[in-house]
Amino acid sequence: MEQLIQQVASGLANGAIYACVALALVMIFVSTSHINFAQGEMAMFSTYISWQMIQWGVGYWPAFFLAVGVSFVGGVLIERIVLRPLHTAPVLSIVVVFIGLLAICNSVAGTAWSYLIKEYPTPFPKDKFGLSGLIGAHQLGVVVVTLIVLTMLFVFFRYTPLGLAMRAAAQNPVSARLAGVRVDWMLALGWGLAAAVGAVAGMMVAHIVYLDPNMMGGILLYAFAGALLGGISSPGGAVLGGFMVGVLENLVAYLGNAIEKGFGVYIIGNGEKLTVALIIVITVLTLKPSGLFGRVVVKRV
Amino acid sequence: MAAFLEVSGLKAYYGQTQALYGVGFALEQGGITTLLGANGAGKTTTLRAICNMVRTEGTVSFNGQSIRGRPTESIVRLGVAHVPEGRGTFTTLTVEENLRIAAYTRGSMGGAEVKRDLAMVFEYFPRLKERMQQQAGTLSGGEQQMLAVSRALMLRPRLMLLDEPSFGLAPLVVQEIFRILRRINGESKVSMLLVEQNAALALDLADHAYVLETGRVVMAGPSAVVKNDENVRKSYLGY
Repeated sequence: MEQLIQQVASGLANGAIYACVALALVMIFVSTSHINFAQGEMAMFSTYISWQMIQWGVGYWPAFFLAVGVSFVGGVLIERIVLRPLHTAPVLSIVVVFIGLLAICNSVAGTAWSYLIKEYPTPFPKDKFGLSGLIGAHQLGVVVVTLIVLTMLFVFFRYTPLGLAMRAAAQNPVSARLAGVRVDWMLALGWGLAAAVGAVAGMMVAHIVYLDPNMMGGILLYAFAGALLGGISSPGGAVLGGFMVGVLENLVAYLGNAIEKGFGVYIIGNGEKLTVALIIVITVLTLKPSGLFGRVVVKRV
Repeated sequence: MAAFLEVSGLKAYYGQTQALYGVGFALEQGGITTLLGANGAGKTTTLRAICNMVRTEGTVSFNGQSIRGRPTESIVRLGVAHVPEGRGTFTTLTVEENLRIAAYTRGSMGGAEVKRDLAMVFEYFPRLKERMQQQAGTLSGGEQQMLAVSRALMLRPRLMLLDEPSFGLAPLVVQEIFRILRRINGESKVSMLLVEQNAALALDLADHAYVLETGRVVMAGPSAVVKNDENVRKSYLGY
């Protein structure tokens, strides 16, 4: 039983990270209908920036916030410089640009910081405390930081004028222009926020998976599974989907271990976690493409 | 004196296809002008061209300054509110959010001012007040049209461009909306440029009328004169 709770708890911690990346994907998707394949690599790059600052002697939290800020600006710049000219380009061209961005982030990070795996610090205490045994301090910290970020974003989108303008621009750009909203800037801002949220996820996960240029590859897949599961057009759904995927992958591994112990046959285990994500992707796409909370898009022909 | 809105030699293109061939007209401040014409005559395109939503050539000046080629949102911020064809509702936002979005971008963030504007809008369209927290996509067609007009009003416009406010609505609802448009024009001194399929209705409301045919102005004059023109009567009024 204790082991099960442990698994769920660590699933929630992983899920928190998937939820952040999933939310970043959805934020760009709702306003552009594109999946940013480079989201993970951008987050990895941000994590390296924070790592570099920590190496230079900056404290963890200052480095954290600086990296988030740099990522935000970077996201805005990528939208304005790289994607704005492709405003009316066909989907495939944009997909190619995303893949290009992915490759650029990956190889620049590899060149600047080498492909050697690095340790990444955690800001949370190492020693055990109240809930220890069930959930590690870093894991709990990840969940708390994620929840803070998600709450801030929720408040921003729900209650501030700028958040409202961004939602309006995503929902109906033509009408938003007619209401005086600078839609182009809203898009860029969305990119900035997505990059910032991704950066938080990267810096939180680096302590667990260690820092290297390929660290976000698997995580992007889980996040994508989470976003699809919750509904790629629904920010709240994507967050929930991220958490669900995190818990689900751990439960599947737990179940596999139990089966192995009880019956002596190995069916599924830690090695197949990524398979779980892929099965989720395929299942959702075939059975319910709009996800659990997404809107079904009806096109008039 | 220069006209409030002056359009001359306006050409508009959808890709390679030319839709307007040198449209010209002028609007007096405070008045209601209507553009009449058959399907495809270029009425909607003319409104879109004024707001730079299509590729244009020619001149458009508003209140003495040239606005052609400026970004749509900048033209809107100068006080030109476009109530688009199909109403342009933000379907997933609430009615209140649909209205607030316009007030925020005008720059008046103060709660009191927005509240006053909301109260003014609800005075014109009390039904929207009842539906304030409802998702705008669930409103009826008539209510969505009211919302579109209200959203435009929240911009505190000096000129409203109305694209077929009667489209797809029951006659009673149309009458109500047109009555309120007249009131708005009288009380708020908002100039209006109205595009309508329903020529009789439009000529009743407007004081000036222009008739478009295949992207050109073929007739212009005070509504009363246009109304009695034999060709207009035969083609658009049906008697």
